[in-house]
Amino acid sequence: MSRARIDARFARLRAEGRAGFVTYVMAGDPDPETALAILEGLPAAGADLIEVGFPFSDPLAEGPPIQRAAQRALGRGMTLQKTLDLVAAFRRKDTETPVILMGYANPLETPGYVAFARAAAEAGVDGLIVVDIPPEEADPLADALDAEDLSLIRLATPTTDDRRLPVVVRRTSGFVYYVSVAGVTGVKEADAGAVAPNVARVRAASGLPVAVGFGVRTEERAAEVARIADAVVVGSALVDEVADALAANEDVTGRVLTKVAALAKSVRTARTPSRGA
Amino acid sequence: MNQIAPLNDYTAYPDRSGRFGDYGGRYVPETLMPLVHELEAAFRAAIADPAFRRELDGYLTHYVGRPSPLYFAERLTRKFGGAKVYLKREELNHTGAHKINNCMGQILLAMRMGKTRIIAETGAGQHGVATATVCARFGLPCVVYMGAVDVERQKPNVFRMNLLGAKVEAVTSGSSTLKDAMNEALRDWVTNVHDTYYLIGSAAGPHPYPEMVREFQAVMGRETREQILQVEGRLPDAVVACVGGGSNAIGMFHPFLNDEGVRLIGVEASGDGMDTERHAAAINGGRPGVLHGNRTYLIQDPVGQIAEAHSISAGLDYPGIGPEHAFLHDVGRAEYLTCTDREALAAFQLCAELEGIIPALETSHALARLPEICAELGPEGIIVVNLSGRGDKDVNTVAQALGRSI
Repeated sequence: MSRARIDARFARLRAEGRAGFVTYVMAGDPDPETALAILEGLPAAGADLIEVGFPFSDPLAEGPPIQRAAQRALGRGMTLQKTLDLVAAFRRKDTETPVILMGYANPLETPGYVAFARAAAEAGVDGLIVVDIPPEEADPLADALDAEDLSLIRLATPTTDDRRLPVVVRRTSGFVYYVSVAGVTGVKEADAGAVAPNVARVRAASGLPVAVGFGVRTEERAAEVARIADAVVVGSALVDEVADALAANEDVTGRVLTKVAALAKSVRTARTPSRGA
Repeated sequence: MNQIAPLNDYTAYPDRSGRFGDYGGRYVPETLMPLVHELEAAFRAAIADPAFRRELDGYLTHYVGRPSPLYFAERLTRKFGGAKVYLKREELNHTGAHKINNCMGQILLAMRMGKTRIIAETGAGQHGVATATVCARFGLPCVVYMGAVDVERQKPNVFRMNLLGAKVEAVTSGSSTLKDAMNEALRDWVTNVHDTYYLIGSAAGPHPYPEMVREFQAVMGRETREQILQVEGRLPDAVVACVGGGSNAIGMFHPFLNDEGVRLIGVEASGDGMDTERHAAAINGGRPGVLHGNRTYLIQDPVGQIAEAHSISAGLDYPGIGPEHAFLHDVGRAEYLTCTDREALAAFQLCAELEGIIPALETSHALARLPEICAELGPEGIIVVNLSGRGDKDVNTVAQALGRSI
């Protein structure tokens, strides 16, 4: 499956004439069992694609929410291998929703790219985002992923100018992730007006769908972005639900999935003419 | 006619992609990639510009106080009873350590690039103080990220930075030490991409930082080479320096890399000992990985999470090491030994008692390996140790370790 699963999902979204909703959850947060329950509930709650973070001790592009989520997960013994186990468990019940792993280079270095790619494909992973492996350093990883037909999904950012864009989209597949703000995750808010021309630029340069994330927390913002992008990514706002539910001693899974459902509704209805007319 | 490069031209690194063999590179988020490319171009243009060189040399002479002396440590030599020991007196620089050499170079570069805000990370506070110093001198706002644990154990340096007009941000994420301060500085940079210059103090981070910091620190090795030739008429048998991130060591080593008769010896901090998990020896106790923009040796757990380093010296308390050291280790051009907290403390006291020089705890790690190296080289041998910093900042830590109150 893999690449085909991502492509099929975007083809369906195109046919439905709507943007996709991409949810980011941290593997093992707040604990392995709850993380699996959340993951299994995501498609029914409205997630079209799922990003699963594999925790790293030093996540230098993350704001406080995802930093804390990584610490919670590491505190419960989460590892890259256990992240793959989590995806494999999810795949036993869902063979259609694309799953993208997202994280940092160093945990991949221990098994090595080739062994990792093989294990990821076996677990049912479809693509990979590695925040600290830019195109200049990506060839060995891209080779390993290609061999398993996994997508290496690239990040384009507000600092990616026209000269750099071709470098960024080289050897990428599936979709391109547009980072809507210069900054870390979950701090600044995206400005859909400023993002729109960049989405068009990235789409034209890559010939791929463009998902927008890093600054989308609210239903309003999600709807705005859904009007101009092929998919909307929400991460920090979801891991904050985990933290808030823990603090309030509430049902974590229920709270996260309620939030997902609300955001999914905004994304799904954003382009229907009745809304805002 | 072109000169034929020696068989092993160790000065040919990094290559165009910022690699020292397998190490180095540019492992940063995409947002920063255009910035590191811009920085590299600006750095190359600056060092090729005689006007930049003249300006930097002027400040190094009149503000930093270069050249630093190369001093024959007669009583340490007699004590060890072997090779002659020379000390490169970097502790006599303005701000008391080698760190200012690099800060002066980078601040001039930052201004040349039109940057208006400076950020830095610091562990012991030496690099933070040096950065705050040059920012004060040139009137640029400065934010220094420092782990909350280090803020607590290096209070005098925090106050010093404040006096110099810098804002010190106590970092409470992760383990609240140097690696977390570096994470936070990178997060600042990724957020403030247009006006901010990240002034890294270690010969680490994404390319071109390891090369750039080496270039600005190599003034130490170049001076040493001239000075020893003048005094002894020949090159030393060994050059010794402590290694955390490795900026003082690489600055000393680099001008000697192609002199294969000169042994290059780095000393890592082994904290409570290499048989414990409480050490900061990335080469002796780590394995290759990716952190803070470069591939290098890292102290990490079996599944690739970065471990907390430990050393009595806050300046060596870092789980990585500059990528060029990783390379020099692998190809065998440099040797990397270790020194425990206890051995460093003894060397700290010995140097104070015999030479009237209170060395930094970082530097004390290099001094601690001298007895063996002196004995091995014998009385005909010549050793240069980089006396990279003075130890005034460490007197509280040392008093505490010795069970005395001051």
